[in-house]
Amino acid sequence: MNPTDLVDIASLRDDVPDFAPGDTLKVHVKVMEGNRSRTQVFEGVVIRRQGSGVRETFTVRKVSFGVGVERTFPVHSPVIDRIEPVTRGDVRRAKLYYLRDRIGKAAKVKEKRHN
Amino acid sequence: MATKAIVGTKIGMTQVWDDDNRVVPVTVLSVSPCRVVQIKTPESDGYSAIQVTFGTRDPSRLTRPEAGHFDGAGVPPGRKVLELRLDDVSEYAVGQQIGADLWASGEKVDVTAVSKGRGFTGVMKRHGFKGQPAGHGAHKVHRKPGAIGQCATPSRVFKGKKLPGRSGAARVTTLNLEVVKSDFEAEVMLVRGSVPGPAGGTVVVRDAVKAA
Repeated sequence: MNPTDLVDIASLRDDVPDFAPGDTLKVHVKVMEGNRSRTQVFEGVVIRRQGSGVRETFTVRKVSFGVGVERTFPVHSPVIDRIEPVTRGDVRRAKLYYLRDRIGKAAKVKEKRHN
Repeated sequence: MATKAIVGTKIGMTQVWDDDNRVVPVTVLSVSPCRVVQIKTPESDGYSAIQVTFGTRDPSRLTRPEAGHFDGAGVPPGRKVLELRLDDVSEYAVGQQIGADLWASGEKVDVTAVSKGRGFTGVMKRHGFKGQPAGHGAHKVHRKPGAIGQCATPSRVFKGKKLPGRSGAARVTTLNLEVVKSDFEAEVMLVRGSVPGPAGGTVVVRDAVKAA
């Protein structure tokens, strides 16, 4: 409980799905073009989720035309239209920075098996 | 001088999003309504100010003179009594309440408070000196001030020389902070940027005297 919670509560989103590092997400981002708004999808693996409350952020990594692209979003950002979990990843650590050094098939995250 | 002012308490910092979905760093101030205890006018006191109190205090804890002062004004006793210097006090009356509705979003304010005490500090922290080299033969002098004057003339150190000593815990005013939100019901004010002093410290908010 932080003393500033009374202010933060107004900025918190209640539509954030449950996701963790290793998961593949489709992040639907609102983009403003002039005064027209459209959504853009950023799909990739969550390599980090840090912070708490309004300050919590997560980083999504994807490889686009051979170039690694990482985008960090505040979890409660109003820029995000919605977050769509695609797959659950089976990973052993919280920060997946080792993916940056891997290319191709080695950079794949194993999918979690459900019994 | 300021035309309006209020007393509050610093709660802490957080962030909010503005209309363009950009993050705005804000300091949260708790501003419970201030009660006017006394009005000082140039005719009677030589200057114009309002004396206010805020919060609550157990009446049995007051000294007799304090109790008499609050009784005379007909105001319930508060935590502290402060004076707010204002240009014009003719619109204020004893017993009047001043709340967060004094401010609108987008207004510029100055915030005054006592800064955090740093204790005895060296010249680098206290005065922003550059210190001395980390290497190149520098030996045990990395954070020292260096020379502090001349030799036989004047054979003394000039007054006001910047030296190590107690720092912080001074009255500091941050100018031209933007009011992001001011909520009368919640008794809360959000000010863009940082404000002097620790969380829980008393702050005085007045309208910006050097607004551009």
